[in-house]
Amino acid sequence: MEYLEKDEVHPKIIEALLKAEGGVQLDDALENEMILNMGPQHPATHGVLRLVLRLDGETITACVPELGYLHRGYEKMAENMSYYEFIPHTDRLDYLAPLCNNVGWVLAVEKLAGIEAPPRAQYIRMMISELSRIASHLVAVGSMAMDVGALTVLLWTLREREKILDIWDILCGARFTNSYTRIGGVANDLQPEAKAKVEWFINQFDENLDECEKLLNTNKIFIDRLDGVGVISGEDALDLGMTGPSLRGSGIDYDIRRYQPYMFYNEMDFKIPTYTEGDCLARYFVRIDEMRESAKIVRQILSKMPNGDIRVNQPKKVLPYKHEVYSKMEELIHDFMIVNFGINPPVGEVYHAVENPKGELGFYFVSKGEGHPWKCKIRSPSFNNLQSVPKLVKGYMVSDVVAIVGSIDPVMGEADK
Amino acid sequence: MKEIILNQLSANLPDVNVVVSEFSDELTIQVHKKDIVDVCKLLKNDEKLKFIICEDVTAIDWARKQNRFTVVYHIFSLKNKFRLVVKADVDESECKIDTVSSVWRAANWHEREVYDMYGIKFNQHPDLRRMYMPEEFDYHPLRKDFPVIGIEGSLPLPKK
Repeated sequence: MEYLEKDEVHPKIIEALLKAEGGVQLDDALENEMILNMGPQHPATHGVLRLVLRLDGETITACVPELGYLHRGYEKMAENMSYYEFIPHTDRLDYLAPLCNNVGWVLAVEKLAGIEAPPRAQYIRMMISELSRIASHLVAVGSMAMDVGALTVLLWTLREREKILDIWDILCGARFTNSYTRIGGVANDLQPEAKAKVEWFINQFDENLDECEKLLNTNKIFIDRLDGVGVISGEDALDLGMTGPSLRGSGIDYDIRRYQPYMFYNEMDFKIPTYTEGDCLARYFVRIDEMRESAKIVRQILSKMPNGDIRVNQPKKVLPYKHEVYSKMEELIHDFMIVNFGINPPVGEVYHAVENPKGELGFYFVSKGEGHPWKCKIRSPSFNNLQSVPKLVKGYMVSDVVAIVGSIDPVMGEADK
Repeated sequence: MKEIILNQLSANLPDVNVVVSEFSDELTIQVHKKDIVDVCKLLKNDEKLKFIICEDVTAIDWARKQNRFTVVYHIFSLKNKFRLVVKADVDESECKIDTVSSVWRAANWHEREVYDMYGIKFNQHPDLRRMYMPEEFDYHPLRKDFPVIGIEGSLPLPKK
């Protein structure tokens, strides 16, 4: 066995961990505190999250999360590619709901460039956002249940998610990394087959969700492991920058779809589920209720979906349809210019936030009038939610860390960017 | 909303010089970096404003001689359903600004990220370590003079 050398464990990490109170003695193992390294390769930390824990017996007295194991420098890359080129990269942020990221990116670019997509495209975007939310929450609930020992639920929720992935297969030709939206619209129209599949899915979903819920809500072990664990008050959660279901489990009804409506969310009838307990169980209930509300929104979208164009007619900014590129001179020129030089939005700065399954996803652009952004900042919800982990786990057991991390549902792809 | 913010600022902090700009319905106020903590405290605690959510702290590298960096704060008021952008310029020769993590704890990690990516130091920050890059890394990757391809030998590779 190879021992770590002194330089390889960085002293600053240890220092930050010990800052609360000094003096760890290492004489008697039973009377002393211990430092435990959890992750980055740990199945229950949902990716490459590293938590360095300071333990008194089995109780956590301090925790320092270490990020950066999946840092790919997306903000630097965005500065060197056009707004269109970055759309596939947004898939890799929150890889459990790639379509939500696609929608967030194009909405921010459209706000910067002053484009508005036609209503049909907006409705399709809303539909895919809500279905993505359901898919993401299904994984979140299933994997949290698996982390605390209820394995069956994951299989059932993944079965439901698989149906959504089948819809993506028809709609955009890819199941996972979709890259479906375009600036000024979407890539292709909603096919009748895809629409029929969405209708079928939504009609059977509530019943199947009830089944999954029955497995958990009457499961004494599941309830006992989550009830009263990882409690955080609403004020603390806001102050620590939490958003999304993790915040709404603490009684704050902050949801961007309601507070700063984008697309047609102000025309939709839906509730923002909130619970006041602020523990892991409340965050689980928020997710279950949100799935039902999302299903409700999808039903309204299907009944209201207008006909019409799926891309706005602005040849200098929006890609033309492919069949026109092959047959018309003007479209060929515009296609060439957009692909090679970008869309050149006006000089300015824009921040646009959307409500993702994990919380508030914001894109901040600084444009100098060139084809690529001068600066692009990704405000990712998982990054902010993870900031509350030291507060959440303090005073609980090591086994509770798994439940707490599962309940705030971080995705390291977007936390590390 | 714009009038309320500016009135409250001028009434409570008469010495602070505030430059206002607007782009695409977003209100931006620019202040001097020595006033940033006072302004943020007021924006958060004032009864009429209540900007209690700090959504984002980031910086822009303008790649120019004077005031090379601008630190940007995005804050949101639940009460007014309003988002405000606060900015402060930082010069490269004195690459420091006061931390606002005492106002919003959420700013803690954002400021660590800005320090990691741009090398801007935050005075009185409780835990100013690098966020993503290893501590041994000597550069600040989001600066415009850092090449996209990276610098050879800047990251130590694991021993075989």
